Amino acid sequence: MALSIVDSCVNCYACYDVCPSEAIYQSSPHFKINARKCTECEGDYAQPQCASICPIEEAILDASGAAVNPPGSLTGIPPEKMAAAIREIQAR
Amino acid sequence: MQLNVIGQENAAADGSSCASGSCGSSNDQMSHLPQDIQDKVKNHPCYSEEAHHYFARMHVAVAPACNIQCHYCNRKYDCSNESRPGVVSEVLTPEEAVMKTKAVAANIPQMTVLGIAGPGDPLANPQRTFETFRMLSEQAPDIKLCVSTNGLALPDAVEELSKHNIDHVTITINCVDPAVGAKIYPWIYWNNKRIYGEKAAKILIRQQQKGLEMLVAKGILVKVNSVMIPGVNDDHLKEVSRIVKQKGAFLHNVMPLIAEAEHGTFYGIMGQRGPSPEELQDLQDECAGDMNMMRHCRQCRADAVGLLGEDRGEEFTLDKIAAMDIDYNEAMKKRAVIHAGIMEELDEKEAKRKRLAAVSVPAVEATVPAATRPALMAVATSGGGLINQHFGHATEFLIYEAAPKGVRFIGHRKVDQYCIGGDTCGEKESALDGSIRALKGCEAVLCSKIGYEPWSLLEEAGIVPNGEHAMEPIEEAVMAVYREMVSNGTLESPAPQMESASA
Ligand code: SF4
Ligand code: SF4
Repeated sequence: MALSIVDSCVNCYACYDVCPSEAIYQSSPHFKINARKCTECEGDYAQPQCASICPIEEAILDASGAAVNPPGSLTGIPPEKMAAAIREIQAR
Repeated sequence: MQLNVIGQENAAADGSSCASGSCGSSNDQMSHLPQDIQDKVKNHPCYSEEAHHYFARMHVAVAPACNIQCHYCNRKYDCSNESRPGVVSEVLTPEEAVMKTKAVAANIPQMTVLGIAGPGDPLANPQRTFETFRMLSEQAPDIKLCVSTNGLALPDAVEELSKHNIDHVTITINCVDPAVGAKIYPWIYWNNKRIYGEKAAKILIRQQQKGLEMLVAKGILVKVNSVMIPGVNDDHLKEVSRIVKQKGAFLHNVMPLIAEAEHGTFYGIMGQRGPSPEELQDLQDECAGDMNMMRHCRQCRADAVGLLGEDRGEEFTLDKIAAMDIDYNEAMKKRAVIHAGIMEELDEKEAKRKRLAAVSVPAVEATVPAATRPALMAVATSGGGLINQHFGHATEFLIYEAAPKGVRFIGHRKVDQYCIGGDTCGEKESALDGSIRALKGCEAVLCSKIGYEPWSLLEEAGIVPNGEHAMEPIEEAVMAVYREMVSNGTLESPAPQMESASA
């Protein structure tokens, strides 16, 4: 079982620094998790460390492919507010 | 290097009545500081309005990770047209950063200060930040180092910081009350957990205050930055100012919140407004009673290079640096000569200013009745304390307040042109619109020259363009224009309303 990093990653190194299993590596276009090394932090921490520090919603997925930090969960911006703002800006 | 004459002269000027010239100028702000601190900061471009025209600073972006989230920051945003703090296009390794610093220092000998400010939190990237400091302390000992932090990891970093050539540390402190903090910081990463709300704010505040005390105990200079967020911490910042001063911070810098929907920040999307220039000024004035305030912070990008308000980063991209062949020991000799020359020039200027101020005082008091209302004026200058810049070339204006008792420097206003993200990225509003918006609330703008089109638009906006004082010292020219306003009756009508710059 392992977590994975997807497209929305901004390459901030935060997860890389805190992973207890050295499972995270720098790659292009973004950081990746080596599924063989990732332990989901089991035995080290109660929560997966990468997903506990990552500032970007939807950048890290759990083993089932669901975002550990879904939209709105980190910024506090309700997704519908975000969508409305994007529409408004694009209409200018 | 020259001995410090600036500080002594200010001490003398302080004793006299509040005259045009030094009153409210940044050098005067510095005169409240103990002599040893003045010596430390006098060639720092970020602390002295005068020095910043001569000395340059640069930031290197070696610290991408962060350990907290602030509602005014969006970690996704990275656009090279953007000039907000925390925004950066290229993250460097410590080796690259050292190479870049040496290249800049050799090519821009006025560069005296290297800062690490982000794009994340420098102390949340301890290896990368300290490795950079270690190498620079060794290889370029003539460069002062500084670092800014949100404070969360500060107490653990103090020991290591004290080992390097650290000139000062900047802590961003927006609150001392967790209830206020919970409205600014949604979460922190602490002891291997993400922690939310007031509990998170409480830990952050505790760490910031502890870090501040520890740095002061070690004799490291601490500056405190605060972001003014109307309705959230505006009133509260007076309390912050009082406490950080009591604990030994040497400067408090209150900066305006920058929040636009296009930045994608919580505050931007939720419609939180930034303070108007007037609100900011009022708060700075109120805090000034407690604290030395910084009036000319430029809120630089985390990879800014050059004199304040300018960015020469483009000249020092990694491939360009790789092609340069830098002999730093040679460069250091040249730098020492140039720094001594600049200090001499600054000292002479200060002496001249003092002479002029002494001459102009009685004239001021004789011609302006004490009950006359003050007026704000904007000045276009490229340095040297003179009105010497074309209106159309100004990327920022210095704002002065003229009043019967003299002229004081209030702050600077950037002509901000921001990109609006997405598909339209790169499109800018016209520079002229930006200039006029930056001048809201001013009644005159003094510059060396000005074109016909801006002239009429400025007049329409109720701002009188004035090109009659080209090459004259700023404070005297502002006073001269003020006196004209007194005699032509302009000041009998009320001052123009300030509107929020972000409206
Ligand atoms: S879940 Fe834990 S072990 Fe797996 S990548 Fe993230 S931090 Fe490393
Ligand atoms: S913390 Fe998140 S955004 Fe940063 S590198 Fe890791 S996955 Fe990417």
